[in-house]
Amino acid sequence: MAEVRLDGVTKRFGRTTALDDVTMTIPDGSFVVLLGPTGAGKTTTLRMVSGLDAPDSGDIAIGGRSVAGLTPAQRDVAMVFQQYSLYPHLTVRENLAFPLRSPILRTPPDVIERTVRDVAEVLQIAHKLDNRATALSGGEMQRVSIGRALVRRPAVYLMDEPLSSLDAKLRADLRVELKGIQAESGATLLYVTHDQIEALTMATHVGVLDRGRLVQFGTPRAIYEDPVSVYAASRLGQPRINVLPADLFPGAPHGASHIGLRPEQIRQGEGQDAAVTRVERLGDQTRLHLSLAGHDIVTVTDAHTDLRGGDHIQIRPDRPFYFGADGARIA
Amino acid sequence: MSSFSVTEPSGGTKWFAGILVVSYAILTLLPLLWIVATGFKTSEDAIAYPPKVLFEPSLEGYVNLLTERTRATEGMLEEAGPPRTWYEEIARDQGTVITGASRYGERFLNSVIIGFGSTALTMILGTMAAYAFSRFRVPLKDDLLFFILSTRMMPPIAVAIPIFLMFRQLGLSDTHLGMILLYTAVNLSLSVWLLKGFIDEIPREYEEAAMIDGYTRFQAFRKVVLPQAATGIASTAIFCLIFAWNEYAFAVLLTSGTAQTAPPFIPTIIGVSGKDWPAVAAGATIFLVPVMVFTILLRKHLLRGITFGAVRK
Repeated sequence: MAEVRLDGVTKRFGRTTALDDVTMTIPDGSFVVLLGPTGAGKTTTLRMVSGLDAPDSGDIAIGGRSVAGLTPAQRDVAMVFQQYSLYPHLTVRENLAFPLRSPILRTPPDVIERTVRDVAEVLQIAHKLDNRATALSGGEMQRVSIGRALVRRPAVYLMDEPLSSLDAKLRADLRVELKGIQAESGATLLYVTHDQIEALTMATHVGVLDRGRLVQFGTPRAIYEDPVSVYAASRLGQPRINVLPADLFPGAPHGASHIGLRPEQIRQGEGQDAAVTRVERLGDQTRLHLSLAGHDIVTVTDAHTDLRGGDHIQIRPDRPFYFGADGARIA
Repeated sequence: MSSFSVTEPSGGTKWFAGILVVSYAILTLLPLLWIVATGFKTSEDAIAYPPKVLFEPSLEGYVNLLTERTRATEGMLEEAGPPRTWYEEIARDQGTVITGASRYGERFLNSVIIGFGSTALTMILGTMAAYAFSRFRVPLKDDLLFFILSTRMMPPIAVAIPIFLMFRQLGLSDTHLGMILLYTAVNLSLSVWLLKGFIDEIPREYEEAAMIDGYTRFQAFRKVVLPQAATGIASTAIFCLIFAWNEYAFAVLLTSGTAQTAPPFIPTIIGVSGKDWPAVAAGATIFLVPVMVFTILLRKHLLRGITFGAVRK
């Protein structure tokens, strides 16, 4: 359990800058989710903290101590890889015991046995312990891979899209489980995903990365309700935020080029006339696809609405976000 | 992950393939069978024309291979008395008496020491070099790899004279160490290239995971990479052993006594008392065994597929 601090971390691979002057403090005991599309620098950040790659400049400290020059083993981190890299020549049990048997930990056999059993129980793989790692399904492999991190009590857990290859139900189960484990143990966890549900349900803090730069860092709520840019605003929210030309509605502040409207920022029943193009009924909510002066808008309405395609409704912005030409939030 | 679709072949195709495989096997195994059979023939049967497919087996070839004999005179026979062992009897039947053990045993042992010694050394150096080339940013990597490969671009015997002179200067002529170093040098280029290919296929994630799990890079190499490279190491080792085991030209040139291997020794059997083909065949048969045993022992590692499926790509 430790605080992790990144200070001006920059990493280049050839001509591409994977991380550009990233400064961020991951508080002790927090669950930090890094959000961003492929290539944003999420995995690179994890690899920097783990010690698998070294930054070109900047410093990383774990528990207040700079880890520059330390090997991954010396940093006391556990990592779940996106490629669930189980050791194929070992059984599930041996895979889970592998970190505990390391020369650094040298755990006594009875403790190994107990820990492996406990973790296997939590991840619902206890019945597969004596299988070869290669004789598992994708979801089972991924769980063993998570388990291999959970058997330890490291300073920080690093997880790179650990749930991405699981089916929806298991993903939902493990979200709750992971959050529970983290909350209970007070572990510091740095977690990479591009699934916003995972970010919203588990994170205490979210870091939004855009092409190697950390554009916003804060609670999920702060990022949802107070995004710094179009990019940050687009990371969270289902359906996605509608980004439209600012002059589509009256009242845009000076310098605004775009207006951002989340469903709850669209007041229905007054304002401008919009045509309903499609009604999507999702059970607990219904999505309205609207067309306003040639622009598509997606919003949410009453689950039992009588609206249908071809109808017209009035909408108006309600405390919207305004963004400048460069995408930065101005109001 | 590599995937390939398998279509169940039709009955006719299966039969055709079966016949092809069996005929090829017969074609390649027949000379081998002939050598083994000749080893158990008498000298007369060995050169009989038409060749004898069915014959009365005899251990004459093996006795002649493993013993030194001399043509028996009346006096010697009287002095020696009646033959006491079955092999003495076989020698007596040919009109000779056994004067001692032949050098074949020693030469065979030399082959074992040099063959397996150089194979072991090649594998140790080759695996580590291949790992380094596969995983690290080595300056001038491509040039170095090409240089390593280029050592095999001419037949090794082309450099026989410089090597002969070097060995004489260094006192390596006719020593086990010299031959082990020489065969290692020749085998290393092939093994580095082969092993690099195998190690390239092992995803880095395994070592990275192991290093995060608390192991050093060398421990990760030993515990994670080596077991997965077992297939490649086994097949490369077989190649290296076969080369070192069969090598003839350098062995003739650089060894004569202490470190002489079996290949240059076997032809010398011919000259002892006429053309003793059964003894030559017996020598060849025994010579075949270690490589065969080695290959059979490593056979299960030659089957690929242990690493399939554990890393998602």
